[in-house]
Amino acid sequence: MAKKIIEVQGLEKFYGSIQVLHGVDLTIMAGEVVVVIGASGSGKSTLIRCINGLEMFNGGDILIDGYILTPARTNNRQNREELKKIRREVGMVFQQFNLFPHKTVLENVTLAPVQVRKLAKDKATAGALRLLERVGLSDQVHKYPGQLSGGQQQRVAIARSLAMEPRVMLFDEPTSALDPEMVGEVLEVMRGLANEGMTMIVVTHEMGFAREVADRVVYIDHGRILEQGPPDAIFDNPQQERTKTFLSRVLRH
Amino acid sequence: MLEDLTNWAPQLLTGLGLTVELTFGGMAIALVLALLLALGRISSSRWLRVPAAAFVELIRGSPLLLQLFYIYYVLPAVGLRLSPIMAGLIGLGINYGAYLSEVFRAGIVAVGRGQREAAESLGMSEGQTLRFVILPQAWRIVIPPTGNYFVSMFKDTALVSTISLAELMFQGQLIASDTFRYMTIYSIIFVIYVVISIPASMGVRWLELYFNRSMSSR
Ligand SMILES: Nc1ncnc2c1ncn2[C@@H]1O[C@H](COP(=O)(O)OP(=O)(O)OP(=O)(O)O)[C@@H](O)[C@H]1O
Ligand SMILES: [Mg+2]
Repeated sequence: MAKKIIEVQGLEKFYGSIQVLHGVDLTIMAGEVVVVIGASGSGKSTLIRCINGLEMFNGGDILIDGYILTPARTNNRQNREELKKIRREVGMVFQQFNLFPHKTVLENVTLAPVQVRKLAKDKATAGALRLLERVGLSDQVHKYPGQLSGGQQQRVAIARSLAMEPRVMLFDEPTSALDPEMVGEVLEVMRGLANEGMTMIVVTHEMGFAREVADRVVYIDHGRILEQGPPDAIFDNPQQERTKTFLSRVLRH
Repeated sequence: MLEDLTNWAPQLLTGLGLTVELTFGGMAIALVLALLLALGRISSSRWLRVPAAAFVELIRGSPLLLQLFYIYYVLPAVGLRLSPIMAGLIGLGINYGAYLSEVFRAGIVAVGRGQREAAESLGMSEGQTLRFVILPQAWRIVIPPTGNYFVSMFKDTALVSTISLAELMFQGQLIASDTFRYMTIYSIIFVIYVVISIPASMGVRWLELYFNRSMSSR
């Protein structure tokens, strides 16, 4: 029986007076790959951003591998340390890559290990080179992000995140900003990670990837989890009308 | 005229020396203050944000000349007596620090939320994020406008002649009141300022181009 690694309980989130998450419950097992789908504005990004404390929330709590985030805690400076520990457990990959443009590929990957994990520089470099090889970028390590294609940049971003040795990886539409011909190379890296047993929460519109790689698909609608289950069940036999409508819209193209 | 120039040269050079010292010294104070004020203004703590903003508005809302007079003539009344040079440096530094803080703040903000979030999601502290991610990028944005302020400060040092600091302008006034040769002396002073500030401005423009180019190649 796999162990729970993330437990989101009754998560409530407001932007001003507008509620964007309505009591979201979500449990993730270690090693599980969960794909989150839903219409634009349904709260997918907000959900995963809450999970690594990038976004404060208003109600409920989030347990991550023994650490706990509560509304007060994300707000409270004394608990910054707890938040820092959580962020070391949880890596995040953004739609816009957000690589550091003034640092080389290698420096992008070694910065946090050296500064946050306090690794010696040569250790960090060796680790970074291994990761960059794994994402297929061994020959680009001394370039700057601006000199790379979008797909290459996103692979660097994944390596940068992995360098902190997270136990969970969050992906927020990692291929949405990419030219179509580069989507495959990034999904390939993600597939590899999944196969090695990384726990992953992936927000994506790549339904092929979801069907193939996900253990579970979660459909979010207007800030609520409306339906979830194995990919085949969700895609081939959705129970909710709204899920059907959404899927028929996205699967058409 | 050439003879005048050789006669006055030592005095003018002394004045110019002080002008340059005031420019660099004032700028050093301004840069440090501007960074602190900019960080204060973007801080999440209201206790830093509000005073920093109020200070900047006060300084920007009043003339530099008045600020110099205030520091030199009014502060002694409350027991803070400063030498003319200290008063001049602090006056220039505070005034330019306030203006530059706006430039710095804009530079920091221009770096963008994504960079901050990426650093935070890697577990970096606020200080580390600032030091390794935000400031190195803000720096490139901020250098050219800061250069312009530098040139501007060079010219504004003339104002400290009013608190009896014998910089270039003051020396000119001394010579003028001795010799009554206003046209000659003030023309010379004019030329000295211009001969320094125009190439300096061109240098700043060059820097700007250089930074633009090196940024877009990344
Ligand atoms: N910083 C913000 N301030 C105010 N409202 C916000 C903010 N960020 C998101 N929202 C709102 O919250 C809701 C959920 O946004 P979220 O980004 O989580 O959606 P999403 O499912 O990720 O959408 P997309 O597929 O477009 O990325 C949306 O209605 C959005 O307009
Ligand atoms: Mg989103």
